[in-house]
Amino acid sequence: MSAEPVNSQQHSMPEAWVRIRGLRYTRGEQVIFDGVDMDIPRGRLTAIMGPSGTGKTTLLRLIGGQLHADAGTVEVAGQNVAALRSKALYRLRKRMGMLFQNGALLTDLSVFDNVAFPLREHTRLPELMIRDLVLMKLHAVGLRGARELMPAQLSGGMARRVALARAIALDPEMVLFDEPFTGQDPISLGVLVSLLRSLTDALGLTSVVVSHDVQESLSIADYVYVISAGRVVEHGAPEALQQSTSPWVQQFLQGQSDGPVPFHYPAPDYRTDLLADSP
Amino acid sequence: MMGLLQRLGATTLGITERIGRGHLFLLYVLGGFPSLLPRFGLVIKQIYASGVLSLLIIAVSGLFVGMVLALQGYNTLVDFGATESLGVVVALSLVRELGPVMGALLFAGRAGSALTAEIGLMKATEQLSAMEMMAVNPLHRVVAPRLLGGIIAMPLLAAIFSAVGIIGGYLVAVGLLGVDEGAFWSQMQAKVDLFDDVASGVIKSVVFGFVVTWIALFEGYDAVPTSEGVSRATTRTVVHASLAVLGLNFILTALMFGDD
Repeated sequence: MSAEPVNSQQHSMPEAWVRIRGLRYTRGEQVIFDGVDMDIPRGRLTAIMGPSGTGKTTLLRLIGGQLHADAGTVEVAGQNVAALRSKALYRLRKRMGMLFQNGALLTDLSVFDNVAFPLREHTRLPELMIRDLVLMKLHAVGLRGARELMPAQLSGGMARRVALARAIALDPEMVLFDEPFTGQDPISLGVLVSLLRSLTDALGLTSVVVSHDVQESLSIADYVYVISAGRVVEHGAPEALQQSTSPWVQQFLQGQSDGPVPFHYPAPDYRTDLLADSP
Repeated sequence: MMGLLQRLGATTLGITERIGRGHLFLLYVLGGFPSLLPRFGLVIKQIYASGVLSLLIIAVSGLFVGMVLALQGYNTLVDFGATESLGVVVALSLVRELGPVMGALLFAGRAGSALTAEIGLMKATEQLSAMEMMAVNPLHRVVAPRLLGGIIAMPLLAAIFSAVGIIGGYLVAVGLLGVDEGAFWSQMQAKVDLFDDVASGVIKSVVFGFVVTWIALFEGYDAVPTSEGVSRATTRTVVHASLAVLGLNFILTALMFGDD
């Protein structure tokens, strides 16, 4: 396993907007992260990949300041997130958006009001201007016509697109995407993939995509981190990553069931287990 | 023996910790009250949700309780030839005790359980998390208006419970039992004191509204974010809030009427 970047162009990367150093995070007995170093460059799309249960969502929550590391630092825009008092943390959060895995739309508000929510909370814009802004964001995700619907009337893919419109409502500098591709039908998947890329380019966003969908992530990412068992296993540009000699990375990218990562959860021997007398 | 002691210690620590968390939660929520003033619409919405939507059950229960009070009171008073005091008996029982207490118990069952389930599900579906990430404090934006709404709605509901109850009592006493109408109202007017009786009932119902809503909101916010967790939290709300209301009612009654 190597933690050295596998691409040689790293020196051309822009400055890091998120800088993680020596991150350690445990939940009870379980070690989620153990010495993770990561630099997420400004204005680029960074994918963080790894199998389910490697704490990818936890990583986003650590970046957003909802969780605190046991050791190490998470710096966003030059500020140590864990050391911020709540006012400063909330100021920082206004500069980031987050797309939750299931959308996390407010169920008592319509699509329009959901997207308008951050604008109404944080700005004193007149209602007419809020309307225009909301329609523009909804148009960007192709759901301007769905503004009157309630979240319960949306399909999973639509809910996630509304959540995306809401995440970019305040024109944040960074958006964190938690598993944006899971459970999408092929059409909305394609739309979402190109939307992520075009939003990143058009708005100059710093995008962090946490995902285990290999092909989609590799196709749009500028830079990729692969994490497993609490560590960064490999990082680099997508093309470079595919050349990686690490058997672990190859198993993950190719989706092979056999390799350094076992398919089975630790269990006693199959044969003895089946032949055991006690129920 | 050691195991028993250990379990006892762990349970005590668990309860103490939870009480502590509940109070911290309250402090944070109260911190959001000043920001509600310019946005009172949020509170009005909650007064509607926990107050107006509880009106039917409060009014119907009040009517029947008042009717039963009149029937029972009549049976006792008739032996002493004091049936014209029936109005006082009904009004005092309702205004001092049954209005606030029964109102709060019904409020815990109707509005409290709904609040717990709502907040618990918002937590389970990451809506509260999403608000935090949108730099909106859910304790101020979601929980504080609900607490203030509950504190305002409860005394109004208790007053409606008492008023409807008195009408129920009147219907039975005058319409069914033939008590003199003039005596019914005039005795009530003479004997029920605005400060001693009505105000004490209002104070009680404000306290109950505060405690029931606080428990309901904390249980929802502290719920394990699964279907089972939310259902357990809802049950706990009804049980704990009802017990708190009955216990506090004794304390408040002793404080307000104990030295009479």
